[in-house]
Amino acid sequence: MTKSHVLFEVGLEEMPARFLNDVEQQLEKNTKEWLSSLRLTYTKLNTYITPRRFAVTIENIAEKQPDIEEEAKGPAEKIALNEDGSWSKAAIGFSKGQGKTVDDIYFKEVKGTNYVFVKKFIEGQSTDELLVDFKKIILGIQFPKNMRWSNQTLRYIRPIKWLVAMKNTQVIPFEIVGVKTSNISYGHRFLSGEIRIDDSKMYVEKLREAHVIASAEERQEMITDQIEQLEKEKGWKVKVERGLLNEVTHLVEFPTASYGTFDEKFLDIPSEVLITSMQEHQRYFPVESLSGGLLPFFVFVRNGDDHAIKNVAKGNEKVLRARLADAQFFYDEDQKQEIETNVTKLNKTVFQEKLGTIGDKTERVKKITRLIAERLELTPQKIMQAERAASIYKFDLVTNMVNEFTELQGIMGEKYALIHGEDPAVAKAIVEHYLPRHANDNLPESTLGAIISVADKLDTIVGCFAIGLIPSGSQDPYALRRQALGVLEIVKEYDWDFSLENLLIEVKEILIEQGIELTNKEAVVQDLVSFFKARTAYILKELGVSTDLTEALISSELGNISFMVEKAQILRKRRTEEAFKEKQEAFVRVLNIAKKNESPSNIDNTLFENKEEEQLYNKWTEIKPKYYNQLENLQASEALNTLSELTNSIHEFFEDTMVMTENNAIRLNRLNLLTEIAKGINAFADLTKVQWKQQK
Amino acid sequence: MNIQEMILILQKHWSDQNCILMQAYDVEKGAGTMSPMTLLRSLGPEPWNVAYVEPSRRPADGRYGQNPNRLYQHHQFQVIMKPSPDNIQELYLDSLKKLGIDPLEHDIRFVEDNWENPTLGAAGLGWEVWLDGMEITQFTYFQQIGGLEANPVAVEITYGIERLASYIQDKENVFELEWTNGVSVGDIFYQPEFEHSTYTFKESDTDMLFELFNIYEKEAKRIMESGLVFPAYDYVLKCSHTFNLLDAKGVISVTERTGYIARVRNLAREIAKLYVEERERLGFPMLKGEKNND
Repeated sequence: MTKSHVLFEVGLEEMPARFLNDVEQQLEKNTKEWLSSLRLTYTKLNTYITPRRFAVTIENIAEKQPDIEEEAKGPAEKIALNEDGSWSKAAIGFSKGQGKTVDDIYFKEVKGTNYVFVKKFIEGQSTDELLVDFKKIILGIQFPKNMRWSNQTLRYIRPIKWLVAMKNTQVIPFEIVGVKTSNISYGHRFLSGEIRIDDSKMYVEKLREAHVIASAEERQEMITDQIEQLEKEKGWKVKVERGLLNEVTHLVEFPTASYGTFDEKFLDIPSEVLITSMQEHQRYFPVESLSGGLLPFFVFVRNGDDHAIKNVAKGNEKVLRARLADAQFFYDEDQKQEIETNVTKLNKTVFQEKLGTIGDKTERVKKITRLIAERLELTPQKIMQAERAASIYKFDLVTNMVNEFTELQGIMGEKYALIHGEDPAVAKAIVEHYLPRHANDNLPESTLGAIISVADKLDTIVGCFAIGLIPSGSQDPYALRRQALGVLEIVKEYDWDFSLENLLIEVKEILIEQGIELTNKEAVVQDLVSFFKARTAYILKELGVSTDLTEALISSELGNISFMVEKAQILRKRRTEEAFKEKQEAFVRVLNIAKKNESPSNIDNTLFENKEEEQLYNKWTEIKPKYYNQLENLQASEALNTLSELTNSIHEFFEDTMVMTENNAIRLNRLNLLTEIAKGINAFADLTKVQWKQQK
Repeated sequence: MNIQEMILILQKHWSDQNCILMQAYDVEKGAGTMSPMTLLRSLGPEPWNVAYVEPSRRPADGRYGQNPNRLYQHHQFQVIMKPSPDNIQELYLDSLKKLGIDPLEHDIRFVEDNWENPTLGAAGLGWEVWLDGMEITQFTYFQQIGGLEANPVAVEITYGIERLASYIQDKENVFELEWTNGVSVGDIFYQPEFEHSTYTFKESDTDMLFELFNIYEKEAKRIMESGLVFPAYDYVLKCSHTFNLLDAKGVISVTERTGYIARVRNLAREIAKLYVEERERLGFPMLKGEKNND
């Protein structure tokens, strides 16, 4: 018997290109899951997508579900049988309910009790009956944005125009919002019209005849090939950005790549502007010479064949000409504006309602920059550069060009700064302060860029927290999480070892000085520290530090990430070492008891009663300066060794000293001693969080 | 083909689709959408099909007649069909053919564009239509108007007349476009462009405009209480245009800006609600025809 071939196609008004990849993936996944839940076998499943349709074909699908035999469990034997051994009502009812009689009953033991069972034969349903349910796959696809149309209540990506559902030559009947399935599809909007699919196997070929390339992959290959052809013919290098190629693939049903040209005089405009204009606004591919450098050409992809393609090129040239003329005008006008004039305008541009204008932000960032520069002990010349960069770093936001092409912020800033004779280091900091823009993005290459980037991000983060705009769940409109990660990545990469926590406190003070009203004054620093710790934990996890060690490490002050990684490496080794067991037990014991100290205060060494506590105190006092010094100098291994010198004293202390003694003053004093040492241990890591793995 | 011929063709085309041919509305506005013939009539269950040319004022785009592409006032050809017909894209493409744009000689695309007008609490989904890479039409299925859910959904088609003409007439400068035999856009509009730009950016009386905004807003609120939807809406349009004049002059700071937009939006929302209530009170008179058909 020949196996069957199934086709489903949903025809729509043009769907947004950016959603198509995801829609195709959902279509494949949901259809496969559906077929497997139906126990329908097939040899191959294919998905297709164009702006006006998505489709799936299923090859060699079984004609029906396999039959199955199932055991149905009924009541326990003692309920199923009356005292005289005859079948009880319960047993009769059960067998009837299963479509059987008591003659079909048998007993089986389940967990020590006998139950009645019947064998049920379930005949597989025919595929024809099951396929009409594909409707729910169509309706189940999730789109980021839905719409309603006409009188319909359905919310869908775009209006549904036609439905094709066929098994071999037969239509599978169902309907959605009044559209009935049939074997009628539509070809290319202009090069074809209504087409009849006589056999579902012919779907792809039928569409091809009607100037529709159903497979997105094939369309993309066609575009790539056509572009390569142009490159060969003309001796060009066409700049094909992947995202754009994908979008263009999803904007056409039948691609034809061709080219147009623009006036060479526009090549004086910065290439970033030209490229943005071509790529983002017009979906053209920019053209470079083989030696690099833009040429006054562009490649466009038409939705159709090459008929009258020169005419299409001419139209596209006209549009680009108008855009580039605008860009040229903006570029010329912007250069006439002094940087200071632009900076003044920032006083009128709102950053955030409660956090004031960009001008206010600039004032704060200048101060934060100074704080960071001091901590890094920069040369006076570098400090001057940093301050200059901080005072003008947002000036390009009010230029015409950035107004028109927002994505060029920073890039234009650097260019205009250089044109106005700013120090190249300052200009570079302007473009670099936006880095990193997203996960795995480049970090600023220059220290100056790194400083401005961190200052700008800290101002935004602390500012938002201070006015109660704290990210929660999926709510993070100012992308504070990403910005905090950026700060930590820079701090790590540049090995800045100053306390971020102290800096956060000072940023808060700067906000207060400026008269910003803090709605979250009390908790803000604490909130910020835990926010940054959560990002730190994320980075440690990315670096392969295990969860328990991460927790142990972030419990201390918001620290230097490289140092944390180093500490993690040491602990990872120590926690399996037999020799460390004695030490770790001592530390953990101190930490656990210290937690019982509800009101820590100073140690009074006149209250010591025995020599063990005096000895522990003396030892701690002896090693303390050295220990903290080593931590400060990021000498992890040495610091832990120093700390370990306490081991014997701690063990002896616990052997002979009753901490929780009746005498209040003495108990508190002992707790205070342990608290002080615990603070020291925690400065390395909270060792109670570590999962120790030595052999027992 | 001159602009006058274009307009006649579009009017005939949409008139043949049973659209009511309206004339431009006589209060200043930034877009055809703001005419009560669109904004209010798109609301509620009554069917509504209409087409009209709307002069649209964008004070901030004024360039003293010096820029070849930007105008203080341009023209839109606006079509509203409620409920949206199933073949609306085909109807639209037919209108392009009648304007002499043969799709086989060009590249016509429907590119995603979601329209939003916060001032009017309005939002829709649809496309901008590209002709060889140039946006010539905004095509929108209204989803929300004046903060109210659009049900049934109206479709709005807005042709940019000058854009389309610059393509059809193959001209680079908007002022060189031919409006009718021997008369150019420049002949008609150069002087008003220059004068309106001068007025907007230099001569307008800022204090008076601020005062007018408040007066119009107050009057809109007052007559809304008497249930006079259309007069109240006229004052909202006046508020909106006054705001645009102030905004173009750069006398509204960004913070204040949000506040002014919110004030206009609140008025628009209340009027939208009031309009539907009033129509309901009148028994949705335009549903009559529908009932007879049933």
